[in-house]
Amino acid sequence: MTYDRFLNPDIAAVPPSGIRRFFDLASTMKDTISLGVGEPDFKTPYPIRNAAINSLVDGETQYTPNRGILSLRREIALYLEGRYGIAYSPETEILVTVGASEAIDLALRAMVRPGDEVLVPEPSYVSYAPSVIFAGGTPIPVTTLQADDFRLKPEHLAAAVTERTKLLILPYPNNPTGGIMEKADLEAIAPVVAEHDLMVISDEIYSELVYDGKTHTSFASIPGMYPRTITINGFSKAFAMTGWRVGYACGAKDILDVMNKIHQYGIMCAPRMGQVAAEEALRRGRENGYEDVLTMRESYDRRRRLMVESFRSMGLDCFEPYGAFYVFPSIRATGLSSEEFCGRLLREKRVAAVPGNAFGACGEGNIRCCYATAVDKLTVALDRIADFVKQCGV
Amino acid sequence: MTKLESSLLDLLKEDCRLPLEKLAVMTGASLEEVAETIDRLEKQRVILRYAPVINWDLTDRERVEAMIEVRVTPQRDMGFDAVAARIYRFDEVKSVYLMSGSYDLLVLVEARTLQELASFVSAKLSTLELVTGTATSFVLKRYKEEGVVFEGGESDNRLVISP
Repeated sequence: MTYDRFLNPDIAAVPPSGIRRFFDLASTMKDTISLGVGEPDFKTPYPIRNAAINSLVDGETQYTPNRGILSLRREIALYLEGRYGIAYSPETEILVTVGASEAIDLALRAMVRPGDEVLVPEPSYVSYAPSVIFAGGTPIPVTTLQADDFRLKPEHLAAAVTERTKLLILPYPNNPTGGIMEKADLEAIAPVVAEHDLMVISDEIYSELVYDGKTHTSFASIPGMYPRTITINGFSKAFAMTGWRVGYACGAKDILDVMNKIHQYGIMCAPRMGQVAAEEALRRGRENGYEDVLTMRESYDRRRRLMVESFRSMGLDCFEPYGAFYVFPSIRATGLSSEEFCGRLLREKRVAAVPGNAFGACGEGNIRCCYATAVDKLTVALDRIADFVKQCGV
Repeated sequence: MTKLESSLLDLLKEDCRLPLEKLAVMTGASLEEVAETIDRLEKQRVILRYAPVINWDLTDRERVEAMIEVRVTPQRDMGFDAVAARIYRFDEVKSVYLMSGSYDLLVLVEARTLQELASFVSAKLSTLELVTGTATSFVLKRYKEEGVVFEGGESDNRLVISP
């Protein structure tokens, strides 16, 4: 039987993630060291896991309110205000979602109409552009350059705006480049956002992972930008809670109400045990000065330095990332394409990295390497990469 | 403690075989600074020894361990220190701690056989004049030491590639 008549051709035509193809290849190989992961190597801190265990023992297994457990939303409000100086009402302006991914999807579906254009700075996380298409909109890539430290520059933003532009996705700290937007960088793009009457979906999932004395600034904290911003964040990266699938969206009540409508019919609520664990993560953090987060960040920072230094000593051009847990070195000096490089590195040296073009066409010439892996393994992987780069004549 | 000292101790605690060059890169300090700092920490006896964590159960070496709770009479002017010193000088004694609670000293002892260990307690430890009582508990199985889980620890369940 053929299903063409039944499938939605707009959705079926969206190409599968470049990462997926690579995953299928990499997972068949033995003794591979993977720098291709996109999640912490830490387990969720045990007291957080234990809070979920206790809640299960106590029989807390029911639905929660659509918007999430109120005490969790209150903790989120305290966290965002205390940490980033942005205030949201737990009752009306915060929605707990199944990971930040659902929050992004909801924001797009609540706002995008057919024909609307959504600006997506690239290289960036693989699911933005497909989510825009699924919502019926048109993703417009905005290239960011290594020469600009992969920051979104106001002139590039302005040049991409048309009469159909409605939204900007702001993905900083950035996966895959590790680039960040500091306060001055955000202030520079704010006038463009205001002038063209744009809404901004600010994906700040890596907000806690910023290094070397730099600090994260929320776009909503920039004067005039609060009403124009849907702030997206979650627990996966900061608290090593990827598998729990808990994130959240914060913003104007009128938009959150519509997002909640989709969420309530499609999802009902984020899993209760994940919400309980998330609440414990924030309460614990508030009480002990985010000790777990700081310990993990310090450990990432050491590995970050090791990665940058190692790639540079191989003769590759490696941008120094100040956010997330990725390095995004250029492999142009080898004369290979990103896919050739990663394919051969995997087959010949048993190291998995992700080709840069998976994150947008402009990522060609780079590879993404995650350093959320034990130092001894990183060291072996870096030695193998160095061997391979030397073979390529660099 | 400086930030560099703290970072170096964290890194060495995890893997004391990391070369100086790597330690320098990872802490963002110069090679000289790292070398000097480690040297200082050794001289100040902050770092006492670089030793691996060994799972002896996987070797064929015969070995028994016990934890002995010891009650003692503290001495005037010396407190517990003099008694502790009398105890820690025995080769069998791996660790000695002064404890709060219902006994005074916790003594970790290692010997090749049960008999050896028993004779240590009865002939050497209990006979010390300031020792007023002991309670010996044998170690049956070691699950975790120095932060390392010995078997069935948590493995890396992550997908090889994820977005």
